Amino acid sequence: MLLFGKVQVGDTVPTLEVPVTARTVVMGASSSRDWQPQHHDHAWATTRAGTKDIFLNTPNQAGWIERYLTDWTGPYGRLGRMRFRMRRPVYPGETLVFNGTVRETAVDESGCAWVDVDIELTVGEDVATEASARLAIPQDEKDNPWRRSGDDWRP
Amino acid sequence: MSSALEEEIGARTAALVPKWTGVSLDAGPGDVECERGYILHWAEATENANLLYWDEGVAQDVTGGWIAPPSMLSVWMRPLMFNPNAREQVRPLEMHFRLKDAFELPEGIVTGNEIVFGVPVRPGDMIATKQTVTEIGDVRTNRLGTGRPWTIDVTYTNQRGEVVAVESYRMFCYVRSAS
Repeated sequence: MLLFGKVQVGDTVPTLEVPVTARTVVMGASSSRDWQPQHHDHAWATTRAGTKDIFLNTPNQAGWIERYLTDWTGPYGRLGRMRFRMRRPVYPGETLVFNGTVRETAVDESGCAWVDVDIELTVGEDVATEASARLAIPQDEKDNPWRRSGDDWRP
Repeated sequence: MSSALEEEIGARTAALVPKWTGVSLDAGPGDVECERGYILHWAEATENANLLYWDEGVAQDVTGGWIAPPSMLSVWMRPLMFNPNAREQVRPLEMHFRLKDAFELPEGIVTGNEIVFGVPVRPGDMIATKQTVTEIGDVRTNRLGTGRPWTIDVTYTNQRGEVVAVESYRMFCYVRSAS
């Protein structure tokens, strides 16, 4: 369990490397029930959308970012807010590398402990996606952000 | 300096911007309810070993039972690709496609996304969406083509009326550049 007292501004989230294959892209599209052709149809992607190949879809990237963060926090980490911007598509054959840095830590008026993390998803030298996330993590062993609701949950 | 295509699209769509900004679509509940099979497929696709999705004891202790990964949100709004009971053909993120049709910008990509999460989604939940056009930007050209950016906010609620999330999609819809 990652506790709030163990996190400081400037801490880094352990790097994650994901080799992206056609299966990664198609399974990502399937699991998000996204059948837009640019995520499974190579011919359509290249001739109609004008991209190099099929590419990771948006919800799947959100899923990878969540997985990256909760690998770090463990199950008590609860996503409050997530923002990301795609700079360029991510294609089969590329390796997607996740790096994150803690930008801010805070405890709100309800006592909820928040960690803000900036994340970059890179392919080689390119930043493919920029993201930021706000996660609630426990202040101590008795705290559980998942029990929060209503006015006690203000992401 | 604007290109001829920028000027043409700008002139053709200028009156549509105020007409469509602020328009909402109550898309109602999605076609599928949250269930474990979808959750496991999601965890499989993202190689997510979080015990909340694999160990019922941990899920019970931490979240009071199984939940779906918060990032799965859009799964619950997408219509089935085939549904004999569907009254009309509804596309995923229908408001976006209505805008594309109205502006005659045939291609589109998601350029950014922000989600604020509320109560967790649990197996058995049915999630309804309300989609609102919050912003339509000026005509621009990038490496993909010439078109307009726009932002659509989607509010997700469960069958109890609780907000499970609000998601903002930033899109760029365009006519491909001649190459």
